Amino acid sequence: MSEPVTGISREDVVHLAGLARIDLSDAELDHLATELPAILEHVASVQEAAGADVPAMSHPVPVDNVFRDDVVRPSLSPEDALAAAPASDQQRFLVPKILGES
Amino acid sequence: MSSDLTRKTADELAQSLASKEVSSVEVTQALVDRIGSVDGSIHAFLHVDAEGALATAADIDDRRAKGEQLSYLAGVPIAVKDVLATRGMPTTCGSKILDGWIPPYDATVTAKIRSAGLPILGKTNMDEFAMGSSTEHSAYGPTHNPWDTTRIPGGSGGGSAAAVAAFEAPLAIGTDTGGSIRQPGALTGTVGVKPTYGGVSRYGLVAMASSLDQAGPVTRTVLDAALLHELIAGHDPMDSTSIPDAVPAVVAAARRADVKGLRVGIVRELGGEGFQPGVEARFTEAVELLTSAGAEVVEVSIPSISYALGAYYLVMPSEASSNLAKFDAMRYGVRVPPAGVDDPSAEQVMASSRDAGFGDEVKRRIILGTYALSSGYYDAYYGSAQKVRTILARDFDAAFADVDVLVSPTSPTTAYPLGDKLDDPLAMYLGDIATIPANLVGIPGLSLPVGLADEDGLPVGLQFLAPQKADDRLYNAAAALEQLLEQKWGGTLLSRAPELEATR
Repeated sequence: MSEPVTGISREDVVHLAGLARIDLSDAELDHLATELPAILEHVASVQEAAGADVPAMSHPVPVDNVFRDDVVRPSLSPEDALAAAPASDQQRFLVPKILGES
Repeated sequence: MSSDLTRKTADELAQSLASKEVSSVEVTQALVDRIGSVDGSIHAFLHVDAEGALATAADIDDRRAKGEQLSYLAGVPIAVKDVLATRGMPTTCGSKILDGWIPPYDATVTAKIRSAGLPILGKTNMDEFAMGSSTEHSAYGPTHNPWDTTRIPGGSGGGSAAAVAAFEAPLAIGTDTGGSIRQPGALTGTVGVKPTYGGVSRYGLVAMASSLDQAGPVTRTVLDAALLHELIAGHDPMDSTSIPDAVPAVVAAARRADVKGLRVGIVRELGGEGFQPGVEARFTEAVELLTSAGAEVVEVSIPSISYALGAYYLVMPSEASSNLAKFDAMRYGVRVPPAGVDDPSAEQVMASSRDAGFGDEVKRRIILGTYALSSGYYDAYYGSAQKVRTILARDFDAAFADVDVLVSPTSPTTAYPLGDKLDDPLAMYLGDIATIPANLVGIPGLSLPVGLADEDGLPVGLQFLAPQKADDRLYNAAAALEQLLEQKWGGTLLSRAPELEATR
């Protein structure tokens, strides 16, 4: 859309929290729905700063692809990689069910 | 030498260690004792590794006794912000979601510190994932300002700055995404440097905003900062944004300390409304000292600074929301299943873990970033913010065509009371106005203490800015001003800080 609104409703916050995978409580949703519009109103000033001809800058220094030689080098052992896992089994991360069925 | 080793600068300690006047074990023990005595009222540290630090110290003493050639700072203890991975030592980033995480690898900065033989005293407190300007957003409780323990030490690196200001460490590592090294430096009367983006490796630095984050030195003197800068900087093949050039000659510049003929530009937009009178008074006096020492001072304009805060508070949350997606409760970090759900799915576990593990400010920024990156809003918000970066960079290029360094107050105010801005995020964000432009355009910045504000007796910082890769100019100018100020004061600013009462 070309004309973004700075208003952000409680419903929007619920949707965004879902996208961000954060199970916010009702109180948190209420709070953010009152707080975010003021912040957005402030940052929206960037829209008046630049015309279409100004290039975007993603990094302050030019970033190129960096390659290294395709050779084996030391890396984490399976024990180290799994040491902080909430759950593991047979040298694998153990995760809750991914699909809906139980 | 004075019996109080905790008051010595890193350079003084390095010399005493080299001449075997003192041992690293003695220095490290003195600092461990100091931490034990005052950190109860400061809370600069989230983790103290006395045993590990003393073991490193003993090893360095042993190697020195054998005549081994050591790094200049070998044996000088250091504190490390808890956002850098330290193998075998907890790294929480001030967040509950990483409670108890012990990284299986070292950040490049950590590896350089270890390889140079600096005992690591512990990990310092910070706003959660470096999001905040007061250290009040740490999940483990705030750090207190050594000048007045009812006030904030600045943030996000309040722990590193307070540790150095309270003589718990001569050196510390900070990270700066929008001022998190420089603003705590200003508020605690210490020196803080954000190097040129890409000057210090970000490998193992838990990312908030990858195009803005930069690690750097936190110290009590300009020379100490230069010595630490030289140690941690340099190209790292593990960081694709690392600059493949030689490190600027920062130590030589700090020793030169000569501003005769240096062209200094005062940033017109960083003063006036919103800036505390005592901050402006000390800033103006400091600039007059530079003039008296032969600097050519002019006023310059960076007109697009008025858009910098808006751009920053779009770019930073956008990148943060993306970077923090990795905390999914699957590979590391806390896993908190949702209450009352039988056999929850991975997605439900992820969402409940992130709700339980992240604090308010982190959630606020993730939601804001998710919004700014949403389809339909991307061009208007994130896209526009990226264009502001281009305009800002052009304005700085134009300014640096006429002057060698720029100056401004580091922070519009001195340290405010704990809790003052906690319920008003926008008010807290506005305090970052002078520091965030450097992050958006990747230039280096240094904050130097320049006195105490008349109205509250609290430290004021002056910020020097230089073009990319000209970090040495900061050290030359700041070291010269530091000398002039200390001649005027008859000592260091920190020698005027109140004595801290031992809490145990």
